[in-house]
Formats: sequence, C-alpha cells, structure tokens
Amino acid sequence: MRFGIIRWMLLGLAAAVLPSVALADWGALNMTEGVTDISRRVYGLHMAIFYICCVIGALVFGVMFYSILKHRKSKGAVAADFHESTTVEIVWTVVPLIILIAMAIPAARVLIKMEDFSDSEMSIKVTGYQWRWQYEYLDEGISFYSQLHPDHNAARQKGSDIDLSQFDNYLKEVDKPLVVPVGKKIRFLHTSADVIHSWWVPALSVKKDANPGFINENWAKIDEPGIYRGKCTELCGRDHGFMPVVVHAVPQEEYDQWVAEQQELMAANATQGERQWTKEELVAQGEKVYGANCMGCHQAEGQGIPGMFPSIAGSAIATGDIETHVQTVLMGVADTPMAAYGSTLSDIDLAAVITYQRNAFGNDLGDTVQPYQMKSLRQGLLQTNADIDQFNLTQGVN
Amino acid sequence: MSQVDTSHDAHHGDHDHHGPAPGLMRWITTTNHKDIGTLYLWFSLIMFFIGGGMALIIRAELWAPGIQIVDPMFFNSMTTMHALVMIFGVVMPAFVGLANWMIPMMLGAPDMALPRLNNWSFWIMPFAFTILLSTLFMDSGGPAGGWTMYPPLVLQMGDSFAFVVFAIHFMGISSVMGSINIVATIFNMRAPGMTLMQMPMFVWTWLITAFLLIATIPVFAGAVTMLLTDRFFETSFFSAAGGGDPVMYQHIFWFFGHPEVYILILPAFGIISHIIPTFSRKPLFGYDSMVYATASIAFLSFIVWAHHMFTTGMPLAAELFFMFSTMMISVPTGVKVFNWVSTMWRGSMTFETPMLFAIGFVVMFTIGGLSGLMLAITPADIQYHDTYFVVAHFHYVLVPGAIYSLMAACYFWIPKWTGNMYDEKLGKMHFWISTIFVNVLFFPMHFVGLAGMPRRIPDYSLQFADWNMIATIGAFGFGFSQLMFVYIIFKCIKGGEKATGEVWEGARGLEWTVASPAPYHTFEESPTITPNTVTR
Amino acid sequence: MTDSSAGHEQQASAAQHPRATSKAHAMVAGKMLALAVGMFGFGYAMVPMYDIICEITGLNGKTGRVSIAEAEAAQAVADREVIVEFTSTINASGSWTFRPTTREMRVKPGQTYQTAYYAENLTDRTTVGQATPSVTPSAAAKYFNKTECFCFTQQLFEPRASKDMPLIFIIDPDLPLNVDRVTLSYTFFNSPDANSTASLSPTLTGFTQEISQ
Repeated sequence: MRFGIIRWMLLGLAAAVLPSVALADWGALNMTEGVTDISRRVYGLHMAIFYICCVIGALVFGVMFYSILKHRKSKGAVAADFHESTTVEIVWTVVPLIILIAMAIPAARVLIKMEDFSDSEMSIKVTGYQWRWQYEYLDEGISFYSQLHPDHNAARQKGSDIDLSQFDNYLKEVDKPLVVPVGKKIRFLHTSADVIHSWWVPALSVKKDANPGFINENWAKIDEPGIYRGKCTELCGRDHGFMPVVVHAVPQEEYDQWVAEQQELMAANATQGERQWTKEELVAQGEKVYGANCMGCHQAEGQGIPGMFPSIAGSAIATGDIETHVQTVLMGVADTPMAAYGSTLSDIDLAAVITYQRNAFGNDLGDTVQPYQMKSLRQGLLQTNADIDQFNLTQGVN
Repeated sequence: MSQVDTSHDAHHGDHDHHGPAPGLMRWITTTNHKDIGTLYLWFSLIMFFIGGGMALIIRAELWAPGIQIVDPMFFNSMTTMHALVMIFGVVMPAFVGLANWMIPMMLGAPDMALPRLNNWSFWIMPFAFTILLSTLFMDSGGPAGGWTMYPPLVLQMGDSFAFVVFAIHFMGISSVMGSINIVATIFNMRAPGMTLMQMPMFVWTWLITAFLLIATIPVFAGAVTMLLTDRFFETSFFSAAGGGDPVMYQHIFWFFGHPEVYILILPAFGIISHIIPTFSRKPLFGYDSMVYATASIAFLSFIVWAHHMFTTGMPLAAELFFMFSTMMISVPTGVKVFNWVSTMWRGSMTFETPMLFAIGFVVMFTIGGLSGLMLAITPADIQYHDTYFVVAHFHYVLVPGAIYSLMAACYFWIPKWTGNMYDEKLGKMHFWISTIFVNVLFFPMHFVGLAGMPRRIPDYSLQFADWNMIATIGAFGFGFSQLMFVYIIFKCIKGGEKATGEVWEGARGLEWTVASPAPYHTFEESPTITPNTVTR
Repeated sequence: MTDSSAGHEQQASAAQHPRATSKAHAMVAGKMLALAVGMFGFGYAMVPMYDIICEITGLNGKTGRVSIAEAEAAQAVADREVIVEFTSTINASGSWTFRPTTREMRVKPGQTYQTAYYAENLTDRTTVGQATPSVTPSAAAKYFNKTECFCFTQQLFEPRASKDMPLIFIIDPDLPLNVDRVTLSYTFFNSPDANSTASLSPTLTGFTQEISQ
C-alpha cells in the first residue's frame, strides 16, 4: 500500500513538472514591476506578502508533514491525549496579528499615496464603450476611439484560419494607442457610456472601474518611455476579452509633436463631411466601421446570432425604409445591447456604415447615404464629434 | 414509541414507524431525514457533473489562443452558469444533505425538527435548477453577465433573465427553509443532557452557517428582485439615469456574497474537524477555540464585503477599513489550521481515504487562504483584481477546499450510510489522481493571473498559451477522475466488506453508536447524555 | 403554510421525545422566518441607507445641494483657488450633443459661480433627456454645492432642439486642503421612463420580431 502511494506521488510529480519545464514561458510567472513609482511599491508589497505567506506555509506544512511522517500508527506511534493549551492558542492568535499589523502599515502608506490626486499636470478622460475606449485629452481637445486592431479582430473570429503566431501581441494591439508624455503626473478620469468596464494597465498599476453615470479618477507618472499594454478587466459583455489598452509613453517633445498632428488631423476630418462620397468609398469606409462597431454582435457575415443579436443580412430594417435604418443606428434600441451610435460615430462613419449594411451580406439596395445627408437627417446645423472637440478647444480656460 | 397514538396521521405514521414506502413515492413523499439527505447528495452529485461539464467547455475553449469551439457569448454563459451551478447546485445542497443525514444522528435525535418542511426544501431544488438550466435553451440565452450579475450588463439580457431571477428565488427559499430546519433541530432536538459545547464541530459549523444563510440569502433575493424590477418594471435602483447607482448593487450583492463564501466553507471546517481527530486517534485540539473561531469568522464575514470592490472607486477611509477587516479574518482562520495540525501532532495516524482528503484539504485550503491574504492587501489587490490570480485563489478554496471536504465526508460516512466499506485502494487512487490534476489545473492560474490575464475571457494573448494548455490538461484529468468517485460509490452501495457500527478505530460521537448501515429510524429512544459522554 | 404543517408534523415526534415540543419548533422557526423576512427588508433598506452614507462620505460622488439663501449666507471666501473642471459623457442609450460650455474654472471656495452645459437632440424625434452628476475626487463631493442644477430633471427636447442648461455652484470653504482640482462630470441619458413609454423606440419584442421577419 505504501508503495502505491509513492508510485502515484512520483507519477503526479512527473505529470505536473515535466510539461511545465518543457512548455512554460518562464517570463510570464510574476507580476510586472512596472514603470511608475507606485507600481514598484505595489510590486514590493506583493513580493513582501508573498514571502511572508511562503514562510507561514513552510512552517505550518513543515510541522504537519513532520507529524505525518513521525506520528503514524504504522511506526508504532501512540496517541497522546492533550487537546488544549491556552498558552499556545494565545501565541498563535497574537503572532499572526503582529505580522498582519506589520504588513498593514506599509500597505496603508502605499494606498494613501495612490489616492493622492493633487498636483496633476494633465487630464485624460477614458470612457468605456462596448467594446472600445474613448480617450479625450481634456486640455488639448483631442478625442478618439481606441479598439482592438482590425488584423487581430479578424484573426480572433471563430473559425478564422489566420495563424496567430504572426502577431507579436495577439489581442494586445489597438488601432490607435493612447499617447502620453513621460515624467508628468497624468490624471485619468474613468467613466462609461454603457455597462461597467475597468481600465487596467499593469505596468502603471492602474486599474479603475468605469461606472456609467459616475466618474472615477486615477493617476500615473510614467518614468520610462515605452509601450505598455493592458486590458479591460470587468466583464462587459460578449467582447469583453477584446478591448485592449495600449499606452505609448513618449518624451515630452515627441508628445507635443503628436498633439499638433492630431489637432491638424481633426481639423481636416471636419471638412470631409461636406463633400460627395462615391458608393465605393462609402462601402470601403463602412466595412471598417462595421468591423469595429457592429461585427461583435451582428457577426462577420451580418448573420447575427439567432435569439441574441438580430441579423443584418436580409433584415427588415437594413433592406427597408432608409429612415428607419438611420434612426435605428442613431438611436439604438431600448433594453437591448443595441447602442445609440448618434453621439459616438461621425457623420462620415454613420453614412458609410449604413450604406455598407444596405449593400453587403446579400443586401443589394444600391442606395447610399451621404455624410451631409446624415447632417440633414439629424439636423442642418449638426456638428460632428470633431466639431465638438474643436469647440472644447476654443473654449479654453475661463 | 409504540405507545404513541398516531392515528390522527396514519399515512405519516406509516413512514415513521415501518420503514420506507416502496417505489418512487418513497422519495417524493419522504420526510425521513436520511432519505432527504440521500436525495440532496445525489442531486448535488448530478449537478457536479453538469457544472463540471460546463467547466470543461470553458477549459476546452481556453486550450489554445483563438476562438475554436464556442461563441464568446456562450462562453460567458458557461462561466456564469458554471458558478451558479457549482455554488447553489453542488456545494450548498451537498452540505445540506450531509446536515440532514448526520445532524440528527450526531445529536441523538430521531429526525429533523420539521420533516415536512424538509421534504419541501429539497423538492424545490430540482425545479429551480430545471428553470435555471432551461434558460440556456431559450432564444435569449442563459445568463452571461457573470454569477455576480452586475448591472447594467445583466440588464442587457433578454427575457430569460426573469427565469434566472425566479430560479434564484426558489433556490433561496429552499436554502432558507433548510436552514430554519437545521436551527430548529439543533436548538430543540438535542438528546437530553447534551449542552451546546458538547455538540460535534460539524453541528456547530452548520448552526453558524444556517444563521449566515438566513441572514444573507434574503438580501440576495432582494438584490435580484431589484434587478428584475429595473429590467422589466422601470424602477431605477441601479440605473444612474433614474438616480440609482450600479455600484450600490455591488454593495448589496457582496453583503450577501461574502458571507456566502463562508457558507461554502464553514461546514467543510466542521467535517475536517471530525476526520482529522478520528484518524489521529486523538480528540480535536482546541475545541472551544474552534467554536469561537467559527463564530468570529461568521461575524467578520459581514464587515469585509467591499474587498471585492477595491477598484470601484471607494473613498480612502473605506478602502483602509476593508483592508484591515479582511486581514483580520485570517486570524481565526489561521487558528483553525493550527488546531488541525496540533490535533495531528503526536497522534497515531493512519491514512485512509477520508484522512487523505482531509490532509489535502488542509494543505490546499491553506494555499488558497494565503493567496487570500495577499488579495487583502489593497494596493496589490488593485493589480490582482479580476485576473486569473483571483480565479486560482477561490478555486483553491472551493475545489480542493469545499469539494475535497465533501469527498472526505462521503468516504468517511459512506460505511455508515450503506453498511459497506468502500474500496480503499480505489479511494486512495481517486485521491492521488484528483490531487495531482487539481494542482495541474489551478496552480498555473496563479502565474497567468500575475502575468496579466483577466478572468472571464474566451481568448487570450499568446504569452499565456502554455499555462492555459497545462490547466486544461489538469481540468480534463480532474473532471474524468471524478468518474472514479461515482464508480466507488456504486460499488460501495452494491456490496463490499461489511462495516462495523463504529466503522473507524478512532471514531468519536453518537453517529457511530448506531449500527451500519444506520437503520431507517435511529434514536427513537433518546440516548442519555452526561457531561462525560463522548459526543464529539 | 410551512409553520402549520411543520407544527402538525411535530405532534407525533414531540410526544415520542418529550424534550421537543411542536411549540418549541414553531418558536424557533418563527423567529428564523422573522429574521429572514427582516433581512429581505434590510436588503431594500440598504438603498436609502446607501444614499445617506453617500451623502455623508461622498461615496459615489453625488454632489450636495443648497438653497440660494444658504449660499449667500455662506462663510467667508477662502483665500485660495481650486480648479473646477467640467466634463461630459453621453450614455449609449441616446444620440445627443452634450458638453460643458466651459472647460474649467479657477474658483475661490465660498464664492458663487455660474456656468452651463449645452445639449442638443441629434434625432428628429421629440426626446427626453436627463443628466446625472458625479464629482471626483469623492472626498470633494460633499463640498461641491449647487444652487441651481438641471440634474435629475427630465429635459424635453423637440426634434433637433438645443439649449444651454445653467448650473450655479459654490465650493464649501471647508474643502480639504489637499484637493486642488475638482472634476464635475455629467452623464446625459435618454430618460428611461419618459422615452420607453412613448413610441419612440420599438420595444424589445417588437424589435426582434421585426428583425426575424
């Protein structure tokens, strides 16, 4: 019988250890130390409590296994009859308490530091959407959405034959990363437009829930330039696993240059909505917009998921009256995951995606919606998102 | 007994006095605590395989990066349902089943205090779970917002959400009725002379668990009712648009949810406190402190809930308070572990299957407890929160914790239930195979969690691929090795070496004073308890 | 139901076991049931309790509200400046333009200031919107008092209509010294009850039916 136990233990050890040695990526074993003062302190706390736990575990298990080896009946051990000792009980209540207090003090110190939001140098508002992030640079008037990179998005679809090993950062790449300067105390404001999300960048030790209707704040001061990747960590629906965060931390001069470029780009985009677009242009743009915004639910071929997400291919809305179609996209559908896209998509993107839906997946209406028509469909003097940001920009500090 | 006039309830009297009714009706109409205990245990075993099947779907999808098997929405349904089934369909009913079987026998009582209520408590469960599982086949799909059901996400669910809420209400009613019964049994049905401090630990832990259940399940029922009215009747408890707050749901939920965690583990503490003394042939060390530790864990469990919510944006003072209170809870938990180790110390140990599972429990529950201590450190928790590190932590506490205690309990008491010894060799094999695979399954999750893999995702970055593959191997190994458990149970029911009444050499307590298998009615004549009677 | 049947049940065993009477069982069961019912009520009581706790601690960033008279009778103006920052979020439930007319202000605690948010209905249907405020850091929330605010009131917008919604506020001079910047954030929602009853958007069942045709 004893032999049986040992044999199974050995087999178990082999089963547990061999594949680990062969396959494991040994770099991916521990928390990142990160690139901020806070993240390094957090890492320090993590390692300290880890070592304390190891010591406690070693002591408890040591005593236990010594007892298991020595005090067994098969070795002729005779049971003692003690079953109480007030002294021992007090010792093992007080000693852990002291360890806990010793641990709680540095933890509280770090926590107080984390919660000190004063003297921030810039503010970025991060808004969670199903399933992307909107970044608004409140002082610079820059605003854009950031979502899973289209290549990764295509590769992650069920049944795609795309080889994942070609991606260095599978599911951790976005179409447009957040760019921030190093050495500045950046304040992040977190909120959400739909469900709860959580914005996490491990290297910055920043994780905060984005609650719809409420605002949270957080901050980071990054020491080293680099690319830092994170994820949404609060379950937010079907594509929760597919809304990465990428932060490019760059030196101040590079950042200033990027800001100027973005501001130019946004001004240029504002005029694009005025001109006549060809159907091909709209469909091409619409395909991109569809992939980023609609495909998660309505699927790559517009087939939807029966019972959960309606199809677009051959649907009454996408092949019917164009105004109903526009209204559905603009206003969403109450009590369903169908969001209202009127405030988040520009007229160009709205016109493009509606045109695309009416001319793809076997839908063959041939009609188009022009960006300027979107304007009239909404109202003559409507502003695009870019306009809004321009407006914010010119307001400045009162 | 015979002098009692039962003519006013002749039908019922039949049950009580002449053994079980024949056929299927025995099980439907039974008010016998042993029958109901058996029903609970079978129910939870079946649900264990349903919930386990869901876990295997999850692990199969996570075998490799990319989406291969299921749609992400269905994946979310699986993670949600797996949790609901395992918590409310496996661990809780199994503990209630053990309570039904053992508490009256441990107290020297003939039955539970409220036998007919007992029948109701059980038979609600299959209906509740049929409703819950049927949502998977409805048009709008099963619940996919996580078992915590945070709004507003859960409010995006289709009409089948109403069924989920009703199923939870039914489960809650069943649990509360079962708990009321247990409390009444413990307070009123103890054999004459038995003081509270003479009660076995399993009874003590269940008494405290029952109070936790009665106090928290209704809060949960209230929370899901608010979700229901928010979803269908336009209230705004949790919608900021109407002046509500989604974070408030989390407070209400975790006010239930954290005590719930202890509901899942306190009876396990009780079971382990029986098995270790038995096979160490030595009384439990520090019985009094065990009782006080259990009570203080239960009390503390009400003031730590917000440690699940450190990233929701709480004021600093609240974060500090919940960090300290959470760290505090490790003191009484530590006392328990130290007591078990001291019980083993200088004992005369043998290592039958129940003891192996109990030792496995102590080791792996402690690992889960230590990672829980790490999670209590708020600044570090901000990094750990909602990653696989948390998944590893609570699975260590619940699988080689709660589930192992249930396995241990089954092996420990099955000779008493069936009158036959189980196959010791197979039992040991079951233990070792399970223990190897359960660690292969859950240990790597610590690594991927620390390295940055969030929980509840159907697809992940390539850097996590190796560990996930190992975890999936462990999952299938662990899952299929449980078929051994079923085989051992059937084999034991069919026959085997006959068990004595005492069954184990070091057995202590009233349940071992009756014959094996335990007669359909036990302790119809009350045993006499003196301060020197060994009842625990 | 449970009590009476249980009590009835117990007559038999109570007689067999003198220690256990049906009355005793009913007592315990009744108390436990009362506890359960009470805790169900407590779950609901947590809603107003939460609001009170939020008001005291600023937990969820809900702002305070004072009357104009109170504001004017305010304490001496503090000799420091803090930055008040305004942001806006549009909930995915509606299509709006919604933004502060002022990006940020330097204010002296104790003094009254006025600003406004601009909102515009981007659809060609009459729509009701509603704004909810939130302040961060939460430690500052209870020191942020408004005398006039459009929050939590339903705002009716004709198709494509727009308006400026005024906001008058005063920062309590007791604002903790380590707070140098207060962010007031408004989220603009489609009003849940006002819009779903009107035939503005198809209901869920209507929608799915329409699609599946």
